[in-house]
Amino acid sequence: MDLFEYQGKQYFARFGIPVSPGGVADTVDQAVTEADRVGYPVVVKAQVQVGGRGKAGGIQLARSAEEVRQHATNILGMDVRGHTVRRLWIERASEIEREYYASFTLDRGARLHLGMVSAKGGVEIEQVAEEDPQAIARLHINPVQGLSEQDARTLVERAQLEPEAHAGAVDILQKLYRCFVDGDADLVEINPLILTPDGRVHALDAKVTLDNNAEFRHPEWAEYRATEVLDEREQLARSKGLQYIGLTGSVGIIANGAGLAMSTLDVVNQAGGSPANFLDIGGGADAHVMANALEVINTDPNVRSILINIFGGITRGEEVANGIVQALEHVEIKAPIVIRIDGTNAEEGRAILQSHQSAQLISQPTMLEAAAKAVELANLAEARR
Amino acid sequence: MSIFVDDTTRVVYQGLTGSAGRFYGLRNREYGTRVVAGTNPRRAGTDVEGIPVFATVREAVSQTGATASCVFVPAPGVESAVMESAEAGITFIAVITEGVPAQDEARFYNRLLQDFPQVRLLGPNCPGIITPGKCNIGITAGEIATPGGPVGIVSRSGTLTYQALYELTQKGIGVTTCVGIGGDPVPGTTFIDCLERFEADPETRAVMLIGEIGGAEEEKAASFIGEHMSKPVVAYVAGATAPPGKKMGHAGAIISGSQGTATAKMEALAAAGVRVAKNPTEAGELMTEVVRGLAR
Repeated sequence: MDLFEYQGKQYFARFGIPVSPGGVADTVDQAVTEADRVGYPVVVKAQVQVGGRGKAGGIQLARSAEEVRQHATNILGMDVRGHTVRRLWIERASEIEREYYASFTLDRGARLHLGMVSAKGGVEIEQVAEEDPQAIARLHINPVQGLSEQDARTLVERAQLEPEAHAGAVDILQKLYRCFVDGDADLVEINPLILTPDGRVHALDAKVTLDNNAEFRHPEWAEYRATEVLDEREQLARSKGLQYIGLTGSVGIIANGAGLAMSTLDVVNQAGGSPANFLDIGGGADAHVMANALEVINTDPNVRSILINIFGGITRGEEVANGIVQALEHVEIKAPIVIRIDGTNAEEGRAILQSHQSAQLISQPTMLEAAAKAVELANLAEARR
Repeated sequence: MSIFVDDTTRVVYQGLTGSAGRFYGLRNREYGTRVVAGTNPRRAGTDVEGIPVFATVREAVSQTGATASCVFVPAPGVESAVMESAEAGITFIAVITEGVPAQDEARFYNRLLQDFPQVRLLGPNCPGIITPGKCNIGITAGEIATPGGPVGIVSRSGTLTYQALYELTQKGIGVTTCVGIGGDPVPGTTFIDCLERFEADPETRAVMLIGEIGGAEEEKAASFIGEHMSKPVVAYVAGATAPPGKKMGHAGAIISGSQGTATAKMEALAAAGVRVAKNPTEAGELMTEVVRGLAR
């Protein structure tokens, strides 16, 4: 789960990382109230989970209440690369002497934590990595031992930060690492980490990605869930406990297991079609889950055909077949369904479907034939429109 | 021959008394696996259809001679379950549980590496391992696999592993061992660990590798194959058409930037001499050709 900047800063603050004082605003009036509270000058910042908000005009300096009013009016409702700005973060403006970069993440290849610090902050780190890889100091950290003060110092020295920034940066790195580990983040990133003219170091931005698997020990994450940006289909799917990702094509996909679902997207593309979604009903899915999955797919107006690809391991063929039959009885499914079932109790499943075979429900013996049929039906429906 | 597990492997199920642990523990026993014990501190002294339940893994090991563990406990308890097994002398730990926090995985993987280097960890979030006809630890439906070889399988995906076993069985081809390494960010066992073992196993004469988007493990496997493997390899990588930046179910399955695309992985594998299929069915067909071409 990605956090908004203001949430990331609040998360940082829990771990003692210095951030600028500020407040959240959803309206122009609230923006002015927050600005009055934190003190001028302030920066009015669009809260969107996408890069490029600065270029789009989503970050503005304001010296007075009038300026805050003007910028807030412009920024609220603004579109930043397809994301509409609904919330602002108003914070006290900082004087900047230097801009640095700092992050911790998991290096999956090495199966170790990776800390990165650079004296070249304020720009995309990918760009620095490409143009001047030497400018990024990297250090692997063993998760068993964790980051020592000496490790933090090594990173800061290798990155050649200004000497007056050393003590502050070492302190922040240790806190940022605690935020990464105890805060169960996949990524914590400060860009820019700034040095002020009076020698203080603090986080001017915050990028935090939380590990969904750790939610059980973080009840406080519920407030972040509430503000998560999902499309309507994704929201419905989540409420039904399904792994769903919306795409833009016309063939609705239901499969069991992430790998098989991905593979199903592949074969639909190879057959000349385009998938409308990724939907993994997981292991052991029963009739109820299948009915829910069909209901979610059914809300997508772009779907012209539905491909159900099931390989029974834990999931049993007759359960899947019963689910489809039940769903067809309860929900009016708009698009024709093509289904392939193999594995555990596949024959029982096929027998159930056989008795309900129609133009709306077609069984195919293999994954490839099923994909070809679903694409054919989708293209046919598209041509008729 | 087989890799990692065979008919002498004695398995304790951590979480045997839970619904999944019970279902698969019994299923694995029915398959022929030596399911010798279960653990649950609150149910010590009872049994699950004849399988004795102990309070700790240490007791299970001393009473039954268990050498391997299969972990079904819920995600919050996985880290301590894994460490408990290692401390009790277990040398093969398969973690089936999904949803384990990445920080926990990173910690217990490295702790095992430092303090218990003899332990082989498989997973978390994996379907387990099956040596057809001898030993099935985990959630694979054993009946879809044909015993005997000559093919070894290693896969990051559960259902695609079943698909691969099924495609080979349809063509009458047997499997020495099929290892599901799982799709989590910190897998205990990697492609290379399995490729190394398959290369050394005389009964395995060809290998099927099933990868997916995300990370760089398939690329690393490709360079290992190019440099160290004499046996033919057939590969399939799922997610050629997955959009970047979207997690496809598995925590590991995400394309970030230009990293981890299926195309890059397939190219790396092809460059190492691997026959790369564009879907699981084609992988089965390519493997059939490979097996037919093996010298008798």
